[in-house]
Amino acid sequence: MADHILAHPGFADPVHDAQSSFRALLQALARPGTLHAVAAPPDPPAPLSPATAAVLLTLVDSDAPVHLAGPFALLAPWVAFHTGSGEAAADGAAFVLADALPEFAALPTGSDEIPEASATVILQVPALKGGPPLILRGPGIETMQEFAPLGLPGDFVARWAANRRLYPRGIDLVLCAGDRIAGLPRSTTVTEWR
Amino acid sequence: MNTAAPSLTDEHPNRARAEWMGLLARARPAELAALLEKAQGLPGYVLLRGPETGLVMLRGRAGGGGAPFNLGEMTATRASVRDAEGRIGHATVAGRDEAHALVAARLDAALQDPARHGALKATILEPLAHSEEQRRAALARRAAATRVDFFALTTQR
Repeated sequence: MADHILAHPGFADPVHDAQSSFRALLQALARPGTLHAVAAPPDPPAPLSPATAAVLLTLVDSDAPVHLAGPFALLAPWVAFHTGSGEAAADGAAFVLADALPEFAALPTGSDEIPEASATVILQVPALKGGPPLILRGPGIETMQEFAPLGLPGDFVARWAANRRLYPRGIDLVLCAGDRIAGLPRSTTVTEWR
Repeated sequence: MNTAAPSLTDEHPNRARAEWMGLLARARPAELAALLEKAQGLPGYVLLRGPETGLVMLRGRAGGGGAPFNLGEMTATRASVRDAEGRIGHATVAGRDEAHALVAARLDAALQDPARHGALKATILEPLAHSEEQRRAALARRAAATRVDFFALTTQR
């Protein structure tokens, strides 16, 4: 009974923790590739990292359905209990929670008239530092920003470039590890370090 | 998906729990607090959700077809806790009394413990059921005093 999924609480202070996590998310997406701490819930259910749980509790609600991919599927009762969000198919989701980068073609990318009706991928990775280094350029970055997360696929640069070409449509990415997050909005150009 | 409410027949395993949750939710907060002082202490707890106040849409059924319609919204406060032994208690009470919702949720968790259930039933549930019965009877008496009997009209026809 003690390991029941609903036995894991949400935010300790729902209003203020969600507000400060939302502020961190705004900052992360405004300054792509920089790391930001979020107000994490005290005891998130496995396999959620504290940062992933905070992002989920902050963004998802009954008007913003989430698709729980892979090992996160078992979290559905917990997500429904704390956010009131039902589960959505990948092609109808406002948010996609995954631990491996999903195929962008399977997700809503919005339209030229309403580009905001696209999915935001919440990607839980092992670490936001120490991986193969990438160079980010674009809005919110003065010259360039180094970003080296672990857990991105080998062909990430090519897949991101394809996503970048859809602009103003496209997928936004929030990476989470431990209690830190980093944002990669669709406006950012990613190249390999050379 | 089946959206019909599960029927709580006598054999339903949650029948007893639904009854005590209802008793706790309908109890007068002051009476519940007084009874709680007499009971032995409740186990420690962790808040899972709430206490939080919101609106619940009440639905009614009317007409020959019995089609549901939205009757109106009412204020409700809910709380969910996990006690020291990992039992999860939920409560939803009418109004905006957060302390009432919290106590009801803690009692819901404690009542699921077979070791505590008997004592809590005797010290809390039974007095609550008794006073609820008295409130109902008093209301029924007040209503009966104003009843108009149409017997005379029907026989004149």
